[in-house]
This record gives sequence, C-alpha cells and structure tokens, in this order.
Amino acid sequence: MQIKESATVYDAIIVGSGAGGGMSTKVLADAGLNVAVVEAGPFFDPKDPKQQTQLKWPYESPRRGAGTTRVFGEWDMAYGGWEIEGQPYTHKDGTKFDWYRSQMLGGRTNHWGRISLRFGPKDFKHKDVDGLGDNWPIGYEDVKPYYDRLDKLIGVFGTNEGLPNDPDGFFLPPPKPRLHELFYIKGARKSKMPVIPSRMSMLTKKINNERGVCFYCGQCGRSCQVYADFSSGSCLIFPAQKSRGQVDLYVNSMVREVTTNEEGKATGVSYINREDRKEYKLRGKVVILAASACSSARILLNSKSKQHPNGLGNSSDLVGKYLHDSTGASRAGFIPGLMNRKLSYNEDGVGGMHVYTPWWLDNKNLDFPRGYHIEVWGGIGMPNYGFGFNPNEFNKFFGLPTGGYGEGLRADVKKYYGSVIGFGGRGEAVARKDNYCEIDPTTVDKFGIPVLRFHYKWSDFERNQAKHMQATFEELIHNMGGEVLGDTPTKEQDYGLLAPGKIIHEVGTTRMGDDPKTSVTNKFQQLHDADNVFVTDAGPFVSQADKNCTWTILALSMRASEYIVEQLKQQNI
Amino acid sequence: MDRRKSIKSIILGSVAGGLAVHGCKPEGAAIEEETVSTDEKYFGRTPEELELIEKLNAEQFFNEHELETIDVLSNLILPPNENGGPTEAGVPEFIEFMAKDIPELQTTLRGGLMWLDHKSNTDFGTEFKLTEEAKQKQILDPIAFYDAEVPMDEQALEIQFFSLMRNLTLTGYYTSKMGIEDLGYKGNMPNVWDGVPQDVLDQHGVAYEEEWLAKCVDQSKRGVIAEWDENGNLLT
Ligand SMILES: Cc1cc2nc3c(=O)[nH]c(=O)nc-3n(C[C@H](O)[C@H](O)[C@H](O)COP(=O)(O)OP(=O)(O)OC[C@H]3O[C@@H](n4cnc5c(N)ncnc54)[C@H](O)[C@@H]3O)c2cc1C
Repeated sequence: MQIKESATVYDAIIVGSGAGGGMSTKVLADAGLNVAVVEAGPFFDPKDPKQQTQLKWPYESPRRGAGTTRVFGEWDMAYGGWEIEGQPYTHKDGTKFDWYRSQMLGGRTNHWGRISLRFGPKDFKHKDVDGLGDNWPIGYEDVKPYYDRLDKLIGVFGTNEGLPNDPDGFFLPPPKPRLHELFYIKGARKSKMPVIPSRMSMLTKKINNERGVCFYCGQCGRSCQVYADFSSGSCLIFPAQKSRGQVDLYVNSMVREVTTNEEGKATGVSYINREDRKEYKLRGKVVILAASACSSARILLNSKSKQHPNGLGNSSDLVGKYLHDSTGASRAGFIPGLMNRKLSYNEDGVGGMHVYTPWWLDNKNLDFPRGYHIEVWGGIGMPNYGFGFNPNEFNKFFGLPTGGYGEGLRADVKKYYGSVIGFGGRGEAVARKDNYCEIDPTTVDKFGIPVLRFHYKWSDFERNQAKHMQATFEELIHNMGGEVLGDTPTKEQDYGLLAPGKIIHEVGTTRMGDDPKTSVTNKFQQLHDADNVFVTDAGPFVSQADKNCTWTILALSMRASEYIVEQLKQQNI
Repeated sequence: MDRRKSIKSIILGSVAGGLAVHGCKPEGAAIEEETVSTDEKYFGRTPEELELIEKLNAEQFFNEHELETIDVLSNLILPPNENGGPTEAGVPEFIEFMAKDIPELQTTLRGGLMWLDHKSNTDFGTEFKLTEEAKQKQILDPIAFYDAEVPMDEQALEIQFFSLMRNLTLTGYYTSKMGIEDLGYKGNMPNVWDGVPQDVLDQHGVAYEEEWLAKCVDQSKRGVIAEWDENGNLLT
C-alpha cells in the first residue's frame, strides 16, 4: 500500500481542534495563513439538529439520560470517555491513570466545565515559594496581555476582586447566586473562607454579533447552539474559517507521527483516515501539536527517525515526563434548610456554579505545599436517570423509616428535591519526573499506532491536601446546618483523593524551559530539537496551579501562535 | 416527514426584578432575539449509538407475564394521581430497556419477580399480579423498607429487588413528561435568570447582599456589546 501524499504545502498543520488547536487555528487564519487542521474525531456543530442534545428532555431517549454510552450522562457532548473501543492504553507497576479523551471537532471543549481561571504570579514561580518542582521560564507579566485579550475575544464572567494570586481581568458580569449558593456563602463565611462569583466562559452579555447570549438552560455541557459558551469549534474554528486565511479541516483523521527530513526538521504529518483506514501524508512548513498533552506526547514519541531516534523532541528524554493532573476530592451534604422548596421558578442558571472559593490559606502553616479551590454544586436541576433513587433516604436523619411504597413517595420526592449540596476540591499536585506516559512497545490501537502506557503515583503532599479538603467540606456542611453524606474517607482510601487523570487536567508532558536538557520546548512552546514544531496544548506547562488549566492553555496558545506567525513572516522557520 | 419544531423565544431586554415568565413574552423592550430550536426526530445520538439503541430495541428480555407483573408492581409503588402514573409514563417499557442496556440489573429484576410469584403462590395460591391488592401489600410490607446503615448489596435479595424496582419506577416516572409536570420542574427552556424570588428567599431565611448584587449582570443591558476601560471596568 502506498501512502498518499498531498501536493499542497501548508503554512502550518495543526493537530487537534480543542482549546489549544482552536486558538492556533484562529490566530494563524486571522494572519492570512494557509492551514490544515487534522482532527481525530468527526465534524461537530452544536447548531446541527442531528447532533444537538441541548434542550432535550429525558423522555426523548429510551434510557432517560443514563450514562451507558457517555460517561457523564447521555446528553453530555463528548464523543469518547475513559475507555474508547479499539484505542486502549496501559499502566506500569500497578499504578493508575485514567485518561479521558473526547474525539470530535472542538475536543473536550464541547463539554468542559468552563471554569476559566487565570494562573497568578505565584503559580509561575512556585519553586521560589516552597522549593518544590520548577519555575516556569516565563512569569505572569508575560502572559497577562494574552489573558486580557483572551477575556475580550472569548468572553468570561467574573469580578475583579483584587486578589494577589487570582488576578483580575476583563470580565462580563456574573449571574446572581442560586438558593443553595446563598447557603454556601453563609456557611463559608462562618469559617472565614472567601466566596466570590465564579469565573466561567459563558456570555452573560453580548461580546460581538457572531455569538448569542446565554439563555440560562444550565446545559453548557451539551455545547450551546447559540454559541453562548466557549466551545473551540463554534468560537474559534468557525470564525477562523471566515477570516483571511484558508482553513482546511481534515476530520476523522488520526495523526500517527510527525514526518521529518534529513536535517531533522518537520515536513508534515502522516495520519490514518478513519473511514477508509488508509494512511495519508500532509506537508507543512510548521507542525503545531495540540492533540491534548498526552496525545501530543504520544505523537512525538512515535515520530522516530534517524535524526530523532528517541522520538521527536525527546533528546532530553523528557517527553511524557512530569505528567500531572489536578488533585480532586469531593463530598456532599444534606441540608435540611433546603428542604420543601417552592418550585415556582426556573433555577437552571448557567451550566455549573455561580460562586466559588479560590485558595485562601497559606501553605506555610500546613502539611501540604499547594492549594486547592472549591467548586460547588446543588439545586433543582432537571430530572434524568437516577432522579428519585432512594427517594426518602434522608428520613434516616429524622429517625424515620427508609423505603416503602405508595402515594407518600411523591411527597418524599418533593420534600427532598434540591436539598443536597456538593463540593469538589480541585488542587495542585507537585509535578514529578517519575509520573509519566511512554510508549507501550507491546500494544497498538486499531489504527496500528503504538499506545501510551502510564506510570503515576500520588505522594503524601496530595494525600494530605485531600485530607484537608475532607475536613473543610465537613465543616462547611455543618456550618450550613447539614448532615455529611457517607463516611469520612480514611487514610487507606487516600482520603477520597481521586485517581490521577480523573480531574481531566492533563498537563506537563512537554514542559517548557530555557535549558534543552531539562525541558522539551522553549518558552514559546517550540521544540528545542526541531524549530518548526510547536506544542500548544497543556504539554508545555511546568506546573498546574490550584486553578483549572484551560484558560492558560488558550492564553499560551495565543502567545505561541503569534510567535509562529512572526517567525514565518521573518522566514526564520 | 419533517417534524422540526421551532421554539421561538424572546430573550428579554428588560426584566423588572423577580423572575421571568417561562417562554412568555415579557413586558418591555426586546433587545435580543434568539431562535432556539430542537428537533424531535433526533436526540443527538452518533450513528454507533443509534445502532446500539436499535439493537436493544430488537431484543426482548422480559416476557409478557413479567412485564405485566412489573406494571402491577410499579403501580403499587407509585399509585397514579390526576397527572398519571407509571403505566402512562412508560415505566414498564423503560425497565425493559434498562434491563438490556445495563445487563447487571437482569438477575436482580428477574429473580425478584420470580421470588414475588413464589411468595404469592405459597401464601395465597395465586401469582402476584392476580392477587388482590390487600394481599399484594402483605407481601410487599416486609420487603419495602431497608436499613439505610447497611450497604444495599448486603441486604436480602427481595429487599434489593424491591429497592431497585422502586428506584426504576420513580426515575422512570419523574423523567417522563407527566412526571416532570407533577414534580413541578420549571426549567429546560430559554429564560433569563435574575435571582431567587423574594418569597423563596424568605421561606429559607436567606437574603441577597446589595454589594453582591451590584456586581451581577444587569439583564436589561445583556444585549449591549461589552466594553471596558483599561482597568477592566465594564462600561456598557
Ligand atoms: C467534564 C470535563 C470538565 C472540564 N472542566 C474544565 C473546567 O471547568 N475548566 C478547565 O479549565 N478545564 C476543564 N476541563 C479540561 C479541558 O476540557 C481541557 O483542559 C481542554 O479541553 C484541553 O484542550 P486541548 O486542546 O489540550 O485538548 P482537547 O480539548 O482534548 O482537544 C484535543 C483534540 O485533539 C484530537 N486528537 C487527539 N489525538 C489526535 C491525533 N492523534 N490526531 C488528530 N487529532 C487528535 C482530539 O480528538 C481532540 O479533539 C474539563 C474537561 C472535562 C472532560
């Protein structure tokens, strides 16, 4: 079989269309360049009635929203999950890493939580604070101008609070808190914990004439048909297609490797078309990897050649190393004060929380070095599969029997509807070289591409942090007059610390730095080993911060992509 | 046949306090208009997902007798009211589908149904579905309650079975059109969120703080394009 090669030489080939790839596409197309976007999954537009799940009712499906085929529920807009048929990954030494993939135009940004937090000055230089991990080669002041432009380009609501490590920005006004969030504010204040309006990328107000304004269905996880939430397809790729440049979309195209020439420079990519399962080649002056941190590492490691025998960009042997995810632990409570709710109004709001708590303590006084923020959930959401399970379980708190049958169950369901509040702690893990992904030489996927093997262990830093989260959550629930649900997770249970990967913030696999021996890319996310290859997903992150990573992926992708435009113009690459 | 349906909704310009009426055109200037559409023919399945549903629909798990028993039992669990009950809400069909969709449920469900008939035959000489209601309840009473402190999978099979049936009955009912109406859930439609109504705040003893509200979106200006000064203060 001969590999089919295209005649066109693109200015750039962008692999992946999620947050990082979407931004690269927009920047390059706006600059009038000719780009190919190569995406493993199918085309997706939340406006397409065939693909849409927004505003569907549970009874439109025979399984009423159950998560049999989509792990976050049937309506969730991600084609993929922890396991994808025919695309395995493996583990080393009995360690754990759960790898979440969404393969479609826009990647994971079609359903992400849209919590959009800037990293603060401390987050780029955390080694200076506690001596752990490494500093970034750039600081907040390098990224700030991009965050500022990003806020205006994409739109994010929030408030300027003047906090030292949770920087202000250009925010749209936030929505008012819901009932359970008012309870949360009260409860958190009792423990002197700050609560501020959340910062999320939905349009509570118009930012341009191309995108609609939020109509408060609370379903951002289904991707918004009026483009009022940030999804990479609807907010970056589609506008890019209308700009000066030429954007050729290759969907259902799984990139296998970056091809290189005698000098070791990239010449393009090879990919497998999922429809005919044949291999093709594209040629480009620049290759931009944005396939998600682990996928991009995999592509680099699989791109072996005479010039790059250890995989492309891997002379340091660091591709795949320093992989880290946010930490996560959760807890929920039953709040009697939220019982017997009047259902006279629609409380859907935006998809997710309207308020949150940024990290508020000084780690100097604690037995773990890095912080976490608290995400809050609750309310009177739409019933879906699972609604009404154990309808009077909370009777146990009143010494009443649980279970039964008959007319009384209707009253039980209404009595307890909306009386649960839940918390997710999302924290920073210290990046470590011995947490990594590598190629498993024994396994290929259904495209014949060698797969990733993970090796990942939490340390006591993360376990102690989770312990602190549990204590905090219990205190908050008590402050709200509530009852904590479930037993306190024990030391043996890692205090409820979720397995690595579960928070779906994979970063660090191609970390940036000034020294080619201790980093994979430079501070413009350019491979030290091949100057026409860039990584614009979260691979170049040196550390995670106690924030979710995507707003920083976007800002850094904008920065790197503008650098690429400049370098191409100057014919440096 | 094109069953495409358009819900035209006006995203309101000025909402005077309180809460917007759902789907109704409010008083005041409509600055912004969004057309929101849903299509009843599709429910956002990928071709592979549709194939799976078709495959499951082509199979039959429960026989007629079992389905009739499920129907009788679900109506005992949640007796119909003026809004309807499990039968009208499609609960038996839903349980049939879920037993195929999540095969782990099968043994508990089928075994439990057989337990029910066995018990009824032993005690009353008839299968459960034909036994008179008072006697059916005599069978259910000892298995309908569970100990919330003991994990469900450590409780007796018949208790697990009844709990599962109760869960599936309630979830099937409350995810149906009539169940959602009966519950009173008001969402899943375009609207403008402008805070919790005053009477609800009063009922639960909470209040908005002026300072916090001042930061929140002024819904009368949601249609005006955002502009900021150089310090990030919103001007519009
Ligand atoms: C449920 C959920 C909630 C989340 N909530 C938040 C949140 O609130 N805040 C936050 O900051 N982050 C959140 N995240 C994380 C966020 O989604 C990711 O950080 C972000 O999408 C990463 O962007 P990316 O471009 O690196 O990767 P992705 O968005 O994953 O995009 C990568 C794309 O590359 C494609 N691809 C992969 N391999 C190949 C290949 N070999 N060839 C061609 N294409 C390929 C994929 O199909 C995909 O479309 C959440 C994620 C999930 C799943």
